[in-house]
Amino acid sequence: MTVAVITFPGSNCDRDCVTVMNNVVGVAACRVWHGDTSLPAETRAVILPGGFSYGDYLRAGAMARLSPIMSAVHSFAQNGGPVLGICNGFQILCEVGLLPGALLPNRSGRFVCRHVRLKVGSAPKGLLAAFKPGEELTLPIAHGEGNYFADEATLGALEDEDKIAFTYIDADESGNAMVNGSRRSIAGLVGGPTHNVVGLMPHPERRSEERLGGIDGLPLMQALVGGGLS
Amino acid sequence: MRAQVIVRLKNGVLDPQGEAVMASLGSLGFEGVNGVRIAKLIEIDLDASDYDLAKQNVMEMADKLLANPVIESFEVEVLK
Repeated sequence: MTVAVITFPGSNCDRDCVTVMNNVVGVAACRVWHGDTSLPAETRAVILPGGFSYGDYLRAGAMARLSPIMSAVHSFAQNGGPVLGICNGFQILCEVGLLPGALLPNRSGRFVCRHVRLKVGSAPKGLLAAFKPGEELTLPIAHGEGNYFADEATLGALEDEDKIAFTYIDADESGNAMVNGSRRSIAGLVGGPTHNVVGLMPHPERRSEERLGGIDGLPLMQALVGGGLS
Repeated sequence: MRAQVIVRLKNGVLDPQGEAVMASLGSLGFEGVNGVRIAKLIEIDLDASDYDLAKQNVMEMADKLLANPVIESFEVEVLK
């Protein structure tokens, strides 16, 4: 089996993801060029890594959505294959329609690069099964466009269907994230037919080794090849 | 033919760039600026002769790529 990490022009976290899967989780991972039209036959999971695909031209993730590999990724996800979108990968998952909503520029207008406190949603399952409901964790963020937006009806449905994977703990009086303005403080979502698609702005791959400060992100990286999915 | 597509953030969608520009206008001493919203103008050079077909084509471009309907609205103008 292998974990396919998609490299778009402008991806810059693809090597980190491959390294964590290979050296920490202990499974084979390879980079797959965005111009390919199929995933390796033995693909067990797909990661859309962070970065600035196509220089964030037009909108973050708008062009990557149309890369040749994306129809294979879309089918893989629709068939229940585990897909993790990190940062720019989350933006791409929203643009391609595998997760609802969109990521706007941060409310502050600034790029934010720091650690944040997060809370797991109330009913983690599928790719999130390793987490306890409401569990708190710390992960690094590094983004200029992480301000999650969806209309009220969509936000309500996300809550009712337990599809909010992670929220930022630090919220303003309206419930929006202090760090970037995200509606309902949403930092990540889960979707797909078997809760097999997760997108989040924080970087779990940057906090998967004790020597790098903690392993809060490791359960999510392990879940890609674990037994949590039906 | 040439077409112009204006892509705007929908009402209610915060525009941090617009907010920053408004603050800067204030600091330059301009008074009475109640709001600033920044939109994108996309110019397209088209190989087309039929106005209606061209407009339909560009509307589809906007719908499929140039604008994200979750956060943006668009207007298309085809210039003869």
